[in-house]
Amino acid sequence: MSQEIEVPELGSVGLLRYGWRQLTSMRTALILLLLLGVASIPGSLIPQRTQNPIRVGEYFKNSPELSKWMDQFFLFDVYGSPWFSAIYILLFISLIGCVLPRTIEHFHSARALPPATPKNLDRMEHHTSWSAQGDELEKARAWFKSKRFRVLEKDGSISAEKGFARETGNLFFHLALILVLLGISFSSLFGMRGMAILNVGERFINTTTSYDSLNNGKLFNENNLSDFALTVEKFTAKYNVVTSSPEDYTLDVKFAKGDLSQSELRTIKVNSPLKMGNTSIYLQANGYSPVVTVRDSKGNVAMQGPVPFLPQDSNLRSIGAIKVPDADPQIGFVGSFVPTYARSGADGAVSVFPEALDPRLLLAAWIGDLGLDSGVPQSVYRMDTSKMTQVGLKSLKPGETFTYPQGSITFEGYFQWVNLEIVHDPGKNFALLGGIVAILGLLASLFTRRRRIWIRVGKSVEVAGLAKNAAPGLDVEMAEFIAKLKGGK
Amino acid sequence: MSRTWAYLSNYLVYSSMALYTLSFFAHAVETAWAVRVTTTDSKKNLDYKRTEKVARIATAMMILGFVLLFAGVVARGLSAGRVPWGNMYEFSITGALAFSGAYLVALRKHDLRWLGLLVSIAVLLTLGTAVAVLYRPSAPLVPALKSTWLVIHVSAAIISGGVFLLANAIAAAYLYLDAMESRGERTAWAKRLPSLEDLDQLSYRLVAFVFPLWTFAVIAGAIWAESAWGRYWGWDPKETWAFITWVAYAAYLHARVTVGWRGRKAAWLCLFAGSTFLFNYVYVNIWGTGKHTYSGL
Repeated sequence: MSQEIEVPELGSVGLLRYGWRQLTSMRTALILLLLLGVASIPGSLIPQRTQNPIRVGEYFKNSPELSKWMDQFFLFDVYGSPWFSAIYILLFISLIGCVLPRTIEHFHSARALPPATPKNLDRMEHHTSWSAQGDELEKARAWFKSKRFRVLEKDGSISAEKGFARETGNLFFHLALILVLLGISFSSLFGMRGMAILNVGERFINTTTSYDSLNNGKLFNENNLSDFALTVEKFTAKYNVVTSSPEDYTLDVKFAKGDLSQSELRTIKVNSPLKMGNTSIYLQANGYSPVVTVRDSKGNVAMQGPVPFLPQDSNLRSIGAIKVPDADPQIGFVGSFVPTYARSGADGAVSVFPEALDPRLLLAAWIGDLGLDSGVPQSVYRMDTSKMTQVGLKSLKPGETFTYPQGSITFEGYFQWVNLEIVHDPGKNFALLGGIVAILGLLASLFTRRRRIWIRVGKSVEVAGLAKNAAPGLDVEMAEFIAKLKGGK
Repeated sequence: MSRTWAYLSNYLVYSSMALYTLSFFAHAVETAWAVRVTTTDSKKNLDYKRTEKVARIATAMMILGFVLLFAGVVARGLSAGRVPWGNMYEFSITGALAFSGAYLVALRKHDLRWLGLLVSIAVLLTLGTAVAVLYRPSAPLVPALKSTWLVIHVSAAIISGGVFLLANAIAAAYLYLDAMESRGERTAWAKRLPSLEDLDQLSYRLVAFVFPLWTFAVIAGAIWAESAWGRYWGWDPKETWAFITWVAYAAYLHARVTVGWRGRKAAWLCLFAGSTFLFNYVYVNIWGTGKHTYSGL
């Protein structure tokens, strides 16, 4: 006997319809939802380029083969990876496919009257009957009205229904999630995020060239940069005397927008950025810039000014490089700056407090080729000394000068620098609105019960009720209803 | 002044531990007696009245412990002149407070006293770890934490956590009793516990009740992150795991309401979701990197 199974011809339209139905089924949505949770896990355990590029670099250094293999699967960019995007895009398509038909259906049923009272009420739950007094229907009508049930009255019976907010809330919750996703996409397409390091006293004008680093959304237009300029007037950092931990950072700026003709004083703190429409300016980090003057052997100034150094610990011991490419031969200094100097046996010069109470600049002077013309990008805080020779070491107090055969360097003093992050985020308000609507919808859907109550009055009064999803609490409501009906006038 | 408050807070926390210990012993005695009463079936010296009395003592001790711990948490806040949610020691004592608080509130409406043994052990372990391992001297907040959102975001997260863990304990009890019943009858002491169906319903209702609050905690965190870090969502490990917890509970609610999961499958899913929350608290705080790690835990 042949066991062949006839497979019905689906055709391309049928196949599409089948696929769509599968995708929008609750089971698929649930699997996709769990999958989204599971897919988020690797990104929290493996360092990500967007959060921690330095640790990603270490990963590549320590196990290059494994890292290369992991990179093939976007494990260092999980949240922007094609497979992660595929999951959430499928989930949202599934969600839309599920929610839209339900919205239409709900819209119709919300305008319809409740279905007529069933014939056999005694088959329903919460069924009770007693002999009629005569005014029960009237009382029932008043009670339903005060409780805002929708009612259908017919042939001595009332069918009442309540709790549509459950489905309404549920639908709003899901639609709001779509709004959140749209807000996030809008931000990443049209948004902008940039960093700028500024010494106290410096001025920043909001053009693309002013930034140290800049990330644009794919559709961001440079002309959309908001017009403003700011000058760093004063930066105050307060530290705990015992623990050195920071207690307050306050940045005062002179801020001018539009045509820059008028400026005002504004304050930026860690939890209160300077906001201007969808653009916000955040205070993200701070440090010290030693101010130096470098002279050649004839005493001519080869370089003068502040050089930002990068903090290494909570007491702001900072490292940096001072490069003088215009000197002949080229001169460079690898240095560290300690705001409050102390000597430690093991580590040499250390800082014991983040405020500049006793600052020192420790320098190693190098002569040779700085390697700046090789085309390989270099960090401003580090120096490639492979083609250079060291000509001296020195620890300087402010005002002191270190003289070496090829010239001299004077440690004039220091400035504080602040790192400002400037963010243009046009989608965040949509995301926020989505979040608020989602919570309200959730509350409505989780705390509303949908139920029907019927009453028929003939020789006897019959009442019955039905709770959807077997939600508890209808028994209490029925008892109240019956008490009202039986109660006096 | 602030020193005095800090010491007072420590004494209050220690005293509350003593009371939770007493509560634990009383619950243990109650459970043990209940076993013997029903198995020996002789009423020589043991009767239900005494069991009932011990059970009442156990709950009373727990309430006193809760009050002292509450005072301890408040004093800790006063010592630093801020809300007491700046490091993991403070999160832990507040978390223990929220967990036993959730139990005590639920106790008013449901017969949950059988769970008291588990709750008192969990609270004692949390407080013990906090005092022995996580303790840090009281100190002011770093600038990033100085925000009203600290109060809103952290309180919502801690309360949600307390209720999630309570739902977890009930789901675990469900699975345990379910396994027991599938082997045969419940043992004597377990007969006093609620029916499987009641446990199933209760853990669902706890989750459904607190899921909106957790959603709010995540959104409040996003709003705060927007003003403190310049972005409302950055897949920081803590954010990621909060999201995973949210997704897991959302899946749980859908599985129950829409697909109709009940009983064993639902309880496992509930346990999974709750463990993502615990993982977030323990792993990300201690070993994780990212923006949610402050000043040595």
